[in-house]
Amino acid sequence: MKHTLVALLRDQPGVLNRSVSLFRRRGFNIESLTVGHTETAGISRMTLVIDGDTTSVEQVIKQLYKLIDVLKVSDVTQDPNVTRDLLLVKVYAPPAKRSELMQLADIFGAKIVDVVPDAMMIELSGSPEQLDRFVDLIRPFGIREMVRTGCLAMTRGASTISGPYQTQEFRAA
Amino acid sequence: MKTLTGAQMMCEALIAEGVDVMFGYPGGAIMPFYHALPEYPQLRHILVRHEQAAGHAAEGYARTSGKVGVCVATSGPGATNLVTAIADAMMDSVPIVAITGQVVTSLIGKDGFQETDVTGITQPITKHNYLVTDVRDLPRVFKEAFHIARTGRPGPVLIDIAKDTQNARGVFEYPETIDLPGYKPNYDGNRRQIKEAANLLNQAKKPLIMAGHGILLGHASTELREFAEKTGIPVITTLLGISCIPEDHPLSLGMPGMHGWVHVNRAIQECDVLFTIGARFDDRVTGKLDSFARNAKIIHVDIDPAEVGKNVVTAVPIVGDAKRVLEHLTEIANPNDHSEWVNHIREVQATRSKRQRDPESGMFTPHHVYAEFTRIMQGEFRVCTDVGQHQMWAAQLIEYMKPHTHITSGGLGTMGFALPAAMGVQVACPNEEVWAIAGDGGFQMNLQELATVVQESLPLKICIINNGYLGMVRQWQELFHERRYSATPMWSPDFIKLADAYGIPGVRVERAEDVAEAIHQARATNGPFLIEFVVEREVNVYPMVAPGASISDMFEDPSEVEIEDVVAVK
Ligand SMILES: Cc1ncc(C[n+]2csc(CCOP(=O)(O)OP(=O)(O)O)c2C)c(N)n1
Ligand SMILES: [Mg+2]
Repeated sequence: MKHTLVALLRDQPGVLNRSVSLFRRRGFNIESLTVGHTETAGISRMTLVIDGDTTSVEQVIKQLYKLIDVLKVSDVTQDPNVTRDLLLVKVYAPPAKRSELMQLADIFGAKIVDVVPDAMMIELSGSPEQLDRFVDLIRPFGIREMVRTGCLAMTRGASTISGPYQTQEFRAA
Repeated sequence: MKTLTGAQMMCEALIAEGVDVMFGYPGGAIMPFYHALPEYPQLRHILVRHEQAAGHAAEGYARTSGKVGVCVATSGPGATNLVTAIADAMMDSVPIVAITGQVVTSLIGKDGFQETDVTGITQPITKHNYLVTDVRDLPRVFKEAFHIARTGRPGPVLIDIAKDTQNARGVFEYPETIDLPGYKPNYDGNRRQIKEAANLLNQAKKPLIMAGHGILLGHASTELREFAEKTGIPVITTLLGISCIPEDHPLSLGMPGMHGWVHVNRAIQECDVLFTIGARFDDRVTGKLDSFARNAKIIHVDIDPAEVGKNVVTAVPIVGDAKRVLEHLTEIANPNDHSEWVNHIREVQATRSKRQRDPESGMFTPHHVYAEFTRIMQGEFRVCTDVGQHQMWAAQLIEYMKPHTHITSGGLGTMGFALPAAMGVQVACPNEEVWAIAGDGGFQMNLQELATVVQESLPLKICIINNGYLGMVRQWQELFHERRYSATPMWSPDFIKLADAYGIPGVRVERAEDVAEAIHQARATNGPFLIEFVVEREVNVYPMVAPGASISDMFEDPSEVEIEDVVAVK
């Protein structure tokens, strides 16, 4: 089963490198990894997707916690959450195929962000599964170039992943 | 306001951390630090002959004193020479701080002369590391580094400091507090879990304690003993746990694992509750995992949450400090007596382990050396062993009576460890008898340190167990590689003449009858002394569990391997 983990990291030199090198060294299989800024300056947030059948999720969490600059790791898989991936894809699109492609894009709520005589660039954000389905559908048209950001996740409701940590220790500091 | 150079700050920080000695070797990128050092006479610096030795000496110092060991090297080759010792400290959870010089900031990343990315290289083998390029960061970084090295599960921390940063000036204010929101080791252990462990142990018919390095690192020997005595539970000690309980204690059974005793491995297989504390179920201890402790519920106490549940399924996990958990556990556990169970194990010991203490007559083997050593020394010694057969025999056969008297490279198994580590031990315990015991192979990996021993007037006693082979590898070749002795026969120089060249007296011993005399002579010598024991060349360490086999399948004789492959103990 796939697990989605969210980790908060202090922006210190090498913290991303340490995390990634840890995954390599311990043989953890990471399917997707994204890092970005958060609501707090100096704190980054990493979202990881791991295959729980081949990699021990408990070990990933515990080993990440051993890194001095990792503040919090949370497995949000079982929590109600929103996961999002962003796709940019350049499809072969001669004039005869354009409208068909545009229809598909429309159904998925994707945006056409660039059109040239032979090709079209489409942008779509959604759950990773939604993106998979869309990509499958447009594949027959001929994909020339494609990139996905990897998965971001946030739990639903008012509570936050940094909740207890931020109210107690961090604010005091 | 008065300002200091970065180099002076480094010295001030070391003093603030209670450091009084360090082991090191200078070079270009660390010269500002060495320039400042003479201004601080309270900081003793021991010049080694190879940076690896500085690392092991810092380890030996830390492994005995419980204080953080410090080693210093220059950038590039100096730093890379430290790598083995840092990895060794990481595997055995030894608190050391390694300080390296780095090329000037403007050259970093440009392949400057003697630049290596030492923070990159040591990332997986340090608990944490730092590259400092701003002098204002120095006090905080030193404070954090020592804190991280000595707290929680101890380990090595490296601080790499650019040369211009050592020369830059700034105001020195050593921080009193530490702000590491992501680092909060848990010491106390969950009360409910400890209660559950007590219940399990109270009900157990055949409980067993497996004690590891964590007892020594956590200074919990007394607590361990009190717990064992109150509950009547026998104790086995892993290679790195050796000396955490006096070996003549009625509840002390000895070492488990690949070269552990038959009765100890049998006890693991028969026990119904295995209480493991400060040990991490290394494969050399467990053998084939799925047959390890197969009748037991396992309680695992460790300060490192990541060790709990890593290798074995745990019935009761407890994350906490050995001392605190044991104190609490002793308080709530029922007094008990398990003499029937202990006697049962002792019976196995009487029938299955005797031969090893009593080698065949006519041969001069390390057994004689270690038996005489134990008899003469009466527990008043500290021993550093190297890696190989002599190490396993020293673990099996010497009797250790006091904590931190057996120092060895366990997790990494680093040949060349004994001599430099013993230097560190001797510096930590200047008035005690410190013995370095190495094989003919391992001794030659760091023998250059004889010069350091002399220059620093360290009264080390050095034993070489010379079997003319890389003995442990030869043993595996004999048993598992058709006796193909590929690259294991080893020529050595005349060790006595060699010692003489360093001004160290020594004797060569070739007969069992002469062992005692040589040991007495070494002890009577005021200063370092070297004994070369020329022993039988092809003797094997038994009993043994073949790599990957179950610890139920120990053999005690090569013929047993050839005829039946392995003799099932149970
Ligand atoms: C640095 C290093 N290189 C290689 C090994 C592999 N190794 C383990 S034991 C051993 C033989 C050691 O020979 P010696 O020092 O003579 O000790 P003996 O086993 O003969 O007692 C070797 C080569 C090691 N442990 N460490
Ligand atoms: Mg040898």
